[in-house]
Amino acid sequence: MIFSSTLPNSNDGYVAAAYIVFFAIVLIYVAIMAVRLGRVERRVRELGAPTRDRDADIPSHPETAAAENEDSPTHTQERETV
Amino acid sequence: MSPSHQIVDEGEPHVILPGAAHVPTGTASASSALVPVKTSRTIAAILRKELLVELRTLESVPGMSLFAVSTFVVFHFALNRTTVSGDLAAGVLWVTLLFAAMLGVNRLFVADAEQGGFDGLLLAPVDRTALLIAKALTLGAYLVMLELVAVPAFALLLSPPLGTGLGGLVAVLALADIGLAAIGTLIAALAVQTRARDLLGPLLALPLLVPVVIGAARASSPLLAATAAGASAHAAWPATRWLLLLGLYDLVFGLIAYAVFDFLLED
Amino acid sequence: MPRPTLRTLSVLTVLAFCVYLPLVFFYAPIEAEEGFVQKIFYLHVPLAIVTLCGFVLGGLFAIAHLRTRDSVWDLRSYVAIHMSLIFGVGVLITGSIWAHASWGHWWVWSEPTLVSFLIVMLLYATYQPLRFAIEDPERQARYASVFAIVAGAFVPMNFLAVRLSSSYLHPRVLGSTSNLPAPMGYTFLVSLLAMALLFATLCMYELAAKRTRILLKSRSRILGYQ
Repeated sequence: MIFSSTLPNSNDGYVAAAYIVFFAIVLIYVAIMAVRLGRVERRVRELGAPTRDRDADIPSHPETAAAENEDSPTHTQERETV
Repeated sequence: MSPSHQIVDEGEPHVILPGAAHVPTGTASASSALVPVKTSRTIAAILRKELLVELRTLESVPGMSLFAVSTFVVFHFALNRTTVSGDLAAGVLWVTLLFAAMLGVNRLFVADAEQGGFDGLLLAPVDRTALLIAKALTLGAYLVMLELVAVPAFALLLSPPLGTGLGGLVAVLALADIGLAAIGTLIAALAVQTRARDLLGPLLALPLLVPVVIGAARASSPLLAATAAGASAHAAWPATRWLLLLGLYDLVFGLIAYAVFDFLLED
Repeated sequence: MPRPTLRTLSVLTVLAFCVYLPLVFFYAPIEAEEGFVQKIFYLHVPLAIVTLCGFVLGGLFAIAHLRTRDSVWDLRSYVAIHMSLIFGVGVLITGSIWAHASWGHWWVWSEPTLVSFLIVMLLYATYQPLRFAIEDPERQARYASVFAIVAGAFVPMNFLAVRLSSSYLHPRVLGSTSNLPAPMGYTFLVSLLAMALLFATLCMYELAAKRTRILLKSRSRILGYQ
């Protein structure tokens, strides 16, 4: 790892590196989710449908219930990158 | 071979599984109702079919055994040694057995998937878990036959100091075979209906089998240890903790395989 | 979408981290043996515990899925495992950094927890390839649940096996969590809570995102788009 050559001799750098790596992972994840959210919102705008639906979890229409049930978590057209 | 299935209501229900001769199963009942077949008879029937098919086609066991012997030769060149002992011997033996087992796992359900064996089983009035048990017994039998070739080959080619440790080694092999058979069968059934089945099978099975490798290799290592005097004054029986680990693994994953197998067969 | 719950969780997580980080760096005493480097303990170990619980949770949700045949449970199982995989990468990296800081090597076989983690990660890394290799959605969910159950049971078994196999001659590199003095103990508990909250929040977030996408797909299909 590149950290070893740029750190000062004391071991404090390692602690910082560890915490930085952790936060970097979390931030990268949030960033990827934000990008995906942007994509979803764009598609929703294209459809002209409202983004917020209070009863989204509870399918109120038979056709949406059927459509939702046939989808699996990873069986989406937009392949997940993470 | 197309899948064929008939229930003949003439006293004795016949169930025809692909690739086998007529196998009369179930109790002789005069009624025309379908009588569920006893699980033990189903297991016996499937097991007999598997072993018959293997005997006639020689698909799995010769390949596994040949692979094991070739791997020992490769190890000789890779390690640049004429003899191995202790940890090294245990490692070479168990890695080879593990990968040879993977070959058997890959082939275990292929015929059933391609020739409708799963459908035949689903249509028959039998307990589906019988397939798991029969296939696990089959894989276990293949492993035993593999070891009957591989262990003497190992002793011959790489001359580990075995001697009095043979009995202990047999015990370790037996316990490890149970674990290999249970997990191997489950993963084989899981992988066979996916796209990259030959790759996914070993990929799934190898991490799952690490505890077996740990237990088996650590147990075998003192049995194969060399001594300074050259005489086999090493341990004759493996340490209890490894046998307990292997036994616990066999129990836990045997039960889990039994519990979830049904869900793999639905359609 | 359960927005209030996600918002509450996020707020709680941020609060927890605001307590957790100062505790680690200003309250917990410097450990005698390892010095300042020991602070990684409050990051790596809670991360590891939460990850392992996540994997086991994935297995439990999978059991619920197989019993109820409700795809919601499969979704939850998938998200739990997926999140644990991400956290697990963090565990391995922070563990490696800690190993290098304490022992000079980027990888140590004598630390059983780290080794078990590697094996568990190698197993769960096959989860997504398995899912993608099955096209039929119902079968994909079913097979993934079977895998999640087997793998969930594997996690404790594997830890036992590796723990048994580690040599007692070498002292454990990264130290154990028993016999902690009180300030360290409190800090550790807070860090565990913070990590658990973070895990739950991110899972909620991911679940909400997935549900939205599924809903979007079904709505767009109804409206005739593809």
